[in-house]
Amino acid sequence: MLNKIYDWVDERLDITPLWRDIADHEVPEHVNPAHHFSAFVYCFGGLTFFVTVIQILSGMFLTMYYVPDIKNAWESVFYLQNEVAFGQIVRGMHHWGASLVIVMMFLHTLRVFFQGAYKKPRELNWIVGVLIFFVMLGLGLTGYLLPWDMKALFATKVTLQIVESVPLIGPYLKILMAGHESIVGAQTLSRFFAIHVFFLPAALMGLMAAHFIMIRRQGISGPL
Amino acid sequence: MSKERVSRRQFLSYTLTGVGGFMAAGMLMPMVRFAVDPVLKADAGGDFIATPQKVADITEEPIRVDFSYKQKDAWYESEVTETAWVYRDEAGKIVALSPVCKHLGCTVNFGGDKEHPDQFFCPCHYGRYTKDGTNVPGTPPLAPLDVYPYKEKDGFLYLGKAEPRKEA
Repeated sequence: MLNKIYDWVDERLDITPLWRDIADHEVPEHVNPAHHFSAFVYCFGGLTFFVTVIQILSGMFLTMYYVPDIKNAWESVFYLQNEVAFGQIVRGMHHWGASLVIVMMFLHTLRVFFQGAYKKPRELNWIVGVLIFFVMLGLGLTGYLLPWDMKALFATKVTLQIVESVPLIGPYLKILMAGHESIVGAQTLSRFFAIHVFFLPAALMGLMAAHFIMIRRQGISGPL
Repeated sequence: MSKERVSRRQFLSYTLTGVGGFMAAGMLMPMVRFAVDPVLKADAGGDFIATPQKVADITEEPIRVDFSYKQKDAWYESEVTETAWVYRDEAGKIVALSPVCKHLGCTVNFGGDKEHPDQFFCPCHYGRYTKDGTNVPGTPPLAPLDVYPYKEKDGFLYLGKAEPRKEA
C-alpha cells in the first residue's frame, strides 16, 4: 500500500534522488558504534538535533494554552500543567529538554574539539556551530521568563543587569531587551515571547540547515 | 514456518520501523492528547441560575430577562450575562426562550419588526419566529428557538442551560 503510493508519487515527481541525497549514505566504519563502541561519541550531534525536534514539537503544543501576558501567563501555565491531560508531561518535556539540549550540545562540542574535527576545511562549520550554541543559550534565557513566576522575574532582572554592564551600548541594549528603561513587565514578557517563539527558532533553523549542508558537503572528519 | 524467507535487510527494516514507530508514538501521544483535551473534557453539568424575575410577575406578554453568572474559561473567570424571553402560554405554563437565532446566531427581539409585533425578529437576515419560538417558514431560520429549562425557587425564576428543540 505505502509502496504503491510511493511509486505513484515517484513516477510523477522522481523523488528518489531527493531523499537519497538526504538520507541514503554510508556511515564510515570509524563512526559506527557497531564496529568500535567508542564511536558513540559521534552520536551527540544527532542527539542534540533529536532533542531540538522534541523542543520544537512540545513548544508548539504548549503555545496552544500559554498566553504571553503578565496577568495570564502564570495562570495559563498553572492551568496547562494541572488541568490539561498530560500537561505535566508536555511541559516537563520542554523543561527538561531545554537542559538536555545544552548538555548534548556541550558534549558534541567537546568531541569536535578534542578530535580536532574543526580544523581545515571545517572551520566555517565550527563557527556556525558556535552561533547555534549562542542561539540555544538565547532560547533558554528567553524561555526562562515565560512562566512569569518569581524565579523567572528575578532571573531576568539579573540578566538585564548583566546586559546593561556591556560597555557603551549596554544601557541601550537593556532597554531594547526589556522594552522599557526601568520596568521589567508587560513589554518585557511579550518581547521575550516573540524572541523565544519566532526570532530565535527562525535563526536556529537557518543555522542548522547550514550546519547540515556543510556536513554533507565535507563528510565526517576521518579517523584519528 | 512459511516458505518465504525474511531477508536480513527486511528483518532489520521491520524491527527498525517498529521500534522507531513505538518511540515516535511515545513522544507524540502525550502531545496529541494534550492538544485534544478540550474535546474530551467532561461537560460541566447545567446548574440552574437565579434570575431577578419574580415568577408571579410573568404574564402572557414576553419580557426580556437578563441574568448573570460566573463563567470559568480555563484560567479566566468572568461574569457573563445571558438573556431569556419569558412568558406564560395559554395553559399558564412558563416558557423561557433563548434569543439566539437558529440561522446564524444573531440575537432576536420580540416585536422587533413593526409589521409583525407578536413575533420574534432577527435583524440580520429578517428571520422570524412565532411567539412560541417556532420558526416562520420562508424566513432563514431552520429550527425553533432553544428553550431554557426552568425552576421556581423562593418566588424567583431559575433557568438552566438552553436546549434545542426538534425541527418545526
